[in-house]
Amino acid sequence: MSVTEKPLIVQSQSPAREAMRAFRQSWAGMLGIIFLTIVVLFTYVGPFLYPVDPFEIVWAPLTPPGEILLAPLGTDYLGRDILAGLIHGGSATLFVGLAAGFITITIGILVGAFAGFFRGAVDEFLMRITEFFQVLPALLFAMVLVTLFTPTIYVVSFAIGIVSWPTTARLTRAEFFRIRSLEYVNAARSVGAKNGRIMWRVILPNALAPLIVSATLTIGIAILFEAGLSFLGLGDPNMFSWGLMIGAGREYILDAWWSVTFPGFMIFLTVLSFSLVGDGLNDAFNPKLRER
Amino acid sequence: MNMVMMVARRLLHAFILILAVLVLNFLLIHLAPGDPADVIAGEMGGATEEMMADIRKTYGLDKPIYVQLGVYLGRALQGDLGQSFFYNTPVLSLILGRAGATILLVTTALLFAIFVGTFLGVLASHKPKGIVSGLVTLVSVIGYSAPIFWTGLMLIIMFAWVYPIFPISNMFDITKDYGFFGYILDVLHHLVLPSLTLGIVYLAQYARLTRASMLEILSSDYIRTARAKGVSETKIYGHHALRNAILPVVTIAGLQFGSIISGAVLVETVFSWPGLGTLAFDSILARDYPTVLGILFFSSVLVIVANLLTDLVYRIVDPRIRSGG
Repeated sequence: MSVTEKPLIVQSQSPAREAMRAFRQSWAGMLGIIFLTIVVLFTYVGPFLYPVDPFEIVWAPLTPPGEILLAPLGTDYLGRDILAGLIHGGSATLFVGLAAGFITITIGILVGAFAGFFRGAVDEFLMRITEFFQVLPALLFAMVLVTLFTPTIYVVSFAIGIVSWPTTARLTRAEFFRIRSLEYVNAARSVGAKNGRIMWRVILPNALAPLIVSATLTIGIAILFEAGLSFLGLGDPNMFSWGLMIGAGREYILDAWWSVTFPGFMIFLTVLSFSLVGDGLNDAFNPKLRER
Repeated sequence: MNMVMMVARRLLHAFILILAVLVLNFLLIHLAPGDPADVIAGEMGGATEEMMADIRKTYGLDKPIYVQLGVYLGRALQGDLGQSFFYNTPVLSLILGRAGATILLVTTALLFAIFVGTFLGVLASHKPKGIVSGLVTLVSVIGYSAPIFWTGLMLIIMFAWVYPIFPISNMFDITKDYGFFGYILDVLHHLVLPSLTLGIVYLAQYARLTRASMLEILSSDYIRTARAKGVSETKIYGHHALRNAILPVVTIAGLQFGSIISGAVLVETVFSWPGLGTLAFDSILARDYPTVLGILFFSSVLVIVANLLTDLVYRIVDPRIRSGG
């Protein structure tokens, strides 16, 4: 601990700042941030440093990595540059991951908040709906939605969001259940706060910590989902994506391991970074774990 | 509430869920852009004018929407999930022909994950900072973050190039002719890589879960009492602790059935395993909607049944909740 050279005075700190400090001390969180930065820079700065069109045929098909300088990571079955594909394949994946994650969190928090706050018949009704969405095999349902409607990245995001929200809803509900009977909620009620205010201004901020952790994991799951759909050829056909690269390279896997290994590794790295950040946030928000 | 009432309530519950899935299927047919008759026929252009007229008549597509829903539900509950115009067979028989392969794959993967997962979890709980513990964490990180189809493809590269001991596609070798037992062995041989791929994701989860609950149980009073009595460590782990630690694993496994089916779709595609996943994939490419929707319905029913069984088994196994509602 090099920072504690100042005299040791107990200072009151805002919980947010304290959580930030704890997050910086968590190796998982920091490693996640580093990986995530790498992926984001690779995806959004890469196209300027390495301006090669991922659809353009640059060299002989199935050239192994390291053989020519023109395509350092090799070429795919059509002779397209793998490195250019990796650079351009990230933006669709990240967009869908964030958009679907956002939809998941929004529906999940709304449903969970109403169920946990009002309980009784509202809870019963909303939980039946949640249960219904939980028995649908998520990937199959998303496949059906994407096929029946046009597979743009918006439809794909929506399809992933609509199949993923039940977990968040259950988590939110449990938190609302727990918090709604605490003293400060009663205090708010006794000074005349309306239900809406209690739900969104009193309970939700206090339920936020586990929800933020779950949101980062949700983004990772959504990315895996997008990759799966693209791998099956059900993603947006106008967007280059890592899943699509793996799906296309699959037939040639025994002749060209590089055409599936590298894009898969990018997906792995991206999902891993979100899950590590989630671990770090969990450590930061959970005072019980902090002392370890 | 007694046992019979509880089971009856659960059954009714399951039935309502099944109805809800059918209503969803009906809505999807009607919400999709274009003529519902087109959706039912599949957009592969194979249906003639007469067939289309026939479809309109059978499904009452000229009648009000609630009549159509009634017709649809009535037919579905009698086991009529429509006709696949692509395969030219009733959807239900198409699905039943493929379901066995998927159920075999999914249950093998689950059993593998449960047994190896709990075993590793127990080992890890013995030395929480040991090698096994670290290995479990590592595998669970990989299992959680790597796309399942990619894991499968990596295994294919490894086992096709480096150690060519397992077949990398299909369910059995059609070129060989052997007796019944030879066939079984061949299927099992083909089953290794797909079930390993599918199981590895859950294995790590169950190992972590077992480790966590074992650590909690091992520090509880009744284990201390058992130790004080002089019960051997093997018996404490195997008999006293594991029995309680395995309960959450089984529950989670039952509830994860839906997600495992989703994973199976991808794994089947990677290994050309002739189950419902490859059928779904092929039918989507062929725009054979009745088959696709039929598979969605059938696999939802599988999940509902799996949840129901888990719930019942859980209540029977755990005496603490047997008497409760």
